[in-house]
Amino acid sequence: MKKAEEIFQILKDNFPESNLELKNDQPTEAILIAPPLEIDKISLFLRDSSELLFDSLMNLSGVDDPKALLLSVYYHLESTKLKHKITLKVSTDRNKPEVSTVTEVWKGADWHEREAYDLFGIIFLNHPDLRRILMPYDWDAGYPLRKDYENPEFYQGMKVPY
Amino acid sequence: MPQDSVLNTKSSAVRTEEMVLNMGPQHPSTHGVLRLELTLEGEIVSKVVPHIGYLHRCFEKHCEAMTYPQIVPYTDRMDYLAPMGNEFGYAIAMEKLLGIQVPERVEYIRVIMAELQRISSHLVALGTYGADIGAFTPFLYCFIDREKVLNLFEITCGARLLYNYIWIGGLSHDLHPDFVRKTLEFIKEFRPNLKEVNDLLSHNRIFIDRTANVGILPIDTAINYGVSGPNLRGSGIKWDVRREDPYSIYHKFDYDIPVGEGKYGTVGDSWDRYYVRVLEMEESCKIIEQALEQLPDGDVQSAIPKRIKPPVGHVYARVENPRGDLGYFIISDGSTSPYRVKVRAPSFVSMQVLNELCKGYMVADVVTILGSIDIVLGEIDR
Repeated sequence: MKKAEEIFQILKDNFPESNLELKNDQPTEAILIAPPLEIDKISLFLRDSSELLFDSLMNLSGVDDPKALLLSVYYHLESTKLKHKITLKVSTDRNKPEVSTVTEVWKGADWHEREAYDLFGIIFLNHPDLRRILMPYDWDAGYPLRKDYENPEFYQGMKVPY
Repeated sequence: MPQDSVLNTKSSAVRTEEMVLNMGPQHPSTHGVLRLELTLEGEIVSKVVPHIGYLHRCFEKHCEAMTYPQIVPYTDRMDYLAPMGNEFGYAIAMEKLLGIQVPERVEYIRVIMAELQRISSHLVALGTYGADIGAFTPFLYCFIDREKVLNLFEITCGARLLYNYIWIGGLSHDLHPDFVRKTLEFIKEFRPNLKEVNDLLSHNRIFIDRTANVGILPIDTAINYGVSGPNLRGSGIKWDVRREDPYSIYHKFDYDIPVGEGKYGTVGDSWDRYYVRVLEMEESCKIIEQALEQLPDGDVQSAIPKRIKPPVGHVYARVENPRGDLGYFIISDGSTSPYRVKVRAPSFVSMQVLNELCKGYMVADVVTILGSIDIVLGEIDR
């Protein structure tokens, strides 16, 4: 079982060129901030490194931050063998939201990433099947969980606001 | 065992073609509105693509427009077979963020309710699973007992299905004076009934032939997909949030974590997933009995905050719901409504493994496998 600081140190030693950061100012868990385009490599290392073994992705959620012009993705990881947990966060430009997919690492990420794409418009690069999931496939009025989203007046000729 | 591909067994002179079959959205065995796009080679499934979202009610979007206590009744409507568990998880997440310590009586009552809910939810899972496969009688037996649990909820909070009972910091009502007696009576009646269901369904030769060795889920695949709850334990790993990431007062009780053993087939087949649920109900009875015995006195509303305004930050908390690991990720911006709420619904995650499980089986086995995963569309679509 490892603490967030130790996990951060291990990652820093193995990815000296990546821009990693540990934020400890939260009332609950610490967050480890990683670069969005390297998250696949970092995830693979987290899963396969014998002292970390993060074999399970508990949760993956998109978050919108219009003030900072950012879209973020939070990854909650857990090791079922070593019983430790960590929260990762990546932030990407709101106008060009691109994050590497982690579906190769944890297959369960597939639908979570599709949901983040569906509701926030985050593009997961190299995702095998990036389609809308909860909204209709032909929804073209934007991404509903973005803070500046507005309902369209009509969808397929049906009036939306009721 | 998965069947060999038709293409390999027939001579090459016979022209074969893949066929796409839509199962649902209005199919009785899909337990709600779910569409499965099956790709078939003859009667053998080569690919399953689930299409979800028919029941999407924008839970996460609604949360951003409501105050924290207003969200509680909405959580009921996700996994509508286990609303107590949903409320429990939300309350735990909020209490962690706010730093509230709830009175001991509240913790005990919450555990009793969550375990009663587990029994009622598993009874629906068992009953409908039997009905999917063609055994209609056990369905009725299960629903008689479920009805009794719903009666217990009714005398507690007035509602039978959607309770709004577990609030942030407390409960909406204290227990009814008759609750302890009636619950003990229920457990006394329930144990022999459970045996009857076992005789009718679990060890029924026809049922075993339909479920054993069908839809085998290896442990590594299950963990990689994030499958949790009885589906994961059916694969033979003793992994339960109540043990691995203890919350509330579960550490005070003595209970087992049943796992699949491959009694009639291979470890991790549909029968194992089914039978883990049967065994879990007995463990829930044990927890309820112990909790009722130790139930302390106290005020169940003393810790409910007048105004809920959590500090800026985020929290992730989870509980073991009947369908698995239910997680709440809440981000607060310091105002009275959340900035973001994300729910990690156990069925949403378990559903992804369906394609892996169904490959190589017959169309009729898709119904068996889907029933053994025990999904609730309300929480998949939210």
